[in-house]
Amino acid sequence: MTANTHADDASRAEAADRGDARDRGNDVPSIDLPTAAIDALARAPSDDERSPTLAVDGFRVAFDDAGDADDAYVFETTDGRRTGLSREAFAEVAHEHAVAVADWYVFEHVVDDEGPRGAFLRWLEGATDRLDRLDDGETDAEGPDSTAVEAAIRDRYASLATGVTREWGELRITVTLADDGTRRYEIRHVDAAGIDRDHLEAHEDPRTARSIAKHDSDGRYRPLKTAPTLTAGWVFPDLDARECYETVETFYPATVANWDRERRGALDVSHWHETMARQTGIYGVIETWDRGEGHEHVEWVAETCCADSQCLKRREWEYDADTPLSVDGGDGVFPCREPCSLVVSAARQWTKLESESERTYEFDLTPSEKEQIEAIIDAVADGRVEEIREADVYEGANRYRTRFLRAKRFDDDGNLCGVPTDPDEGTDGE
Amino acid sequence: MQSLVIVAHGSHLNPDSSAPTYDHADTIREAGAFEAVHTGFWKEEPHLREVLRTVESDEVYVVPLFVSEGYFTEQVIPRELRLEGWDVDRWDSDGLSADQATLTATDTGQTVHYCGPVGTHEAMTDVVVRRAETVTDDPDVGEGFGLAVVGHGTERNENSAKAIEYHADRVRETGRFDEVKALYMDEEPEVDDVTDHFTATDVVVVPLFIADGFHTQEDIPEDMGLTDDYRTGYDVPTTVDGHRIWYAGAVGTEPLLADVVLERAADAGADVGDAVETVRRETRVAAGHP
Repeated sequence: MTANTHADDASRAEAADRGDARDRGNDVPSIDLPTAAIDALARAPSDDERSPTLAVDGFRVAFDDAGDADDAYVFETTDGRRTGLSREAFAEVAHEHAVAVADWYVFEHVVDDEGPRGAFLRWLEGATDRLDRLDDGETDAEGPDSTAVEAAIRDRYASLATGVTREWGELRITVTLADDGTRRYEIRHVDAAGIDRDHLEAHEDPRTARSIAKHDSDGRYRPLKTAPTLTAGWVFPDLDARECYETVETFYPATVANWDRERRGALDVSHWHETMARQTGIYGVIETWDRGEGHEHVEWVAETCCADSQCLKRREWEYDADTPLSVDGGDGVFPCREPCSLVVSAARQWTKLESESERTYEFDLTPSEKEQIEAIIDAVADGRVEEIREADVYEGANRYRTRFLRAKRFDDDGNLCGVPTDPDEGTDGE
Repeated sequence: MQSLVIVAHGSHLNPDSSAPTYDHADTIREAGAFEAVHTGFWKEEPHLREVLRTVESDEVYVVPLFVSEGYFTEQVIPRELRLEGWDVDRWDSDGLSADQATLTATDTGQTVHYCGPVGTHEAMTDVVVRRAETVTDDPDVGEGFGLAVVGHGTERNENSAKAIEYHADRVRETGRFDEVKALYMDEEPEVDDVTDHFTATDVVVVPLFIADGFHTQEDIPEDMGLTDDYRTGYDVPTTVDGHRIWYAGAVGTEPLLADVVLERAADAGADVGDAVETVRRETRVAAGHP
């Protein structure tokens, strides 16, 4: 039996590739399919005895062992079904459909994950069609029957040729194609978009992300990885798929796993009340802050800690499942599924502070002094203290203005307007 | 496929707290015994609640980077990892003998081999001795030297002192050092009086802490009189009351601790191949004693 090859089919397919690409003003790149991809494809029909046919997006291959074992490959695309292919002929046909074969190979054998990592890497390059189908419980692949699927793959490759960029928190991730159809990934800070690579500090090892993420631009420790304080000035210029995922996971641990759960409609949210009720030890006290008298205190916590200005996760937890918070949860791409350890630690301190009863104090201030105190609180709360210029005495939170206020209004014990904190003892009482 | 997860306390305030965890994870990763090596924290990210979600393997060995059995290893970690049916009796421990318990993580369905803390493993004694070698830059240190193993004490956890005494006893039994003492920060015998407890001129002081932080970098050096103000630093050795004090800092920063993590996992059934030998060899080189 001779290989049933159709040279015309091949040239038609190539012409179609070029034509489609021209219509969209973008070239589908030529792929130098690696031998490993051909080998994997040839093995695929016999990898699973129950399913001697591999049907994936764009094509279907089979091994027809009823006939001549040497010429038994079948390769089927929208262009037609070719049977009786020798191993060599099979490889030739695979090369003719290099884009579809490379796409299968990349996700099946290079990425090799149907979990969060695989979903994330597909999402990065806009290969979400298949994700959506899987999530909808549909078939694993369209096989060769849908020209739309094959066109979508070619479209995606045309885009990858020039680079597909997504943002993840403060990360800007660009996917490009290697000559062999596998992917390369570049990660840099979103603020470094447009900066020449040569002007950024280049890194190769994903673990370097640990030290980059450790401190903010002022050298202060970042206890919250998803705080919007990642420094810029660096680039991971050339990562493979696994390194890309590891780098993202190092900058923003567990964000992909939770994003994937949410994407599949399976995000488990632990709301405030149940999270605090779970705490023990020194954090057990927080539960007492929930007194069944409303949840305004939790609104304050969320406004304080969970705004986009403080954390890039999108808060999905509420007071409890039936009691949403009114403050904005943010617009982050990845969700926050329960109060984090920083919120828990801060809540412990607020629980203690908020157990105090209110008192009435009387201070004599000028209107400007009242406004200045408000300006100081605003500046600290918004992290603007360092921005206020040395001689800008028009700013209430300016250092000289604040020192003047202290000189005028504090007594020797540091009491505002000489008013003791504890009126009974006449001391500041801590 | 088996993966390793090293779990540790971490810190909101101290950037160095996680350093030993990452370092040992890297060492073990390079030894290649596991499909993947992950880290999870109580105060950093990924949090204990979510670390298992980042692990692709179905079989996971969890090793706590803690010095003793207690609140964290018995309550916090199993609760946050959501280990189904966990009960401290599963370890059947006398406070020093926790080895492992195999449970299912309800969150992910993974099989989790939950190991005892590194601090109570017998191999930790070797790390204490290695720490003494490192700080003195002498692979044969012992003769003419005293060794103090320092712990927090019983204030919060009685097992804390058990672990200190256990390693002090084991080092003493080797006869390598002239004198070996267990000292504490908040109970007798106190580390403040370290020189009262030794006749040897040279004394190596090894705190059984995982990470350098407030206790090991500020409290203990000041308590022992190495410095009046930790910010000004101190020499190694520093002479105090006629004794040369070789203060080692947290034992957990010693590269050989990676070996204890591996042994914990191996004791729990992990196939670590020749990784133990590799790590012992590599950390010896890393410590400057080829």
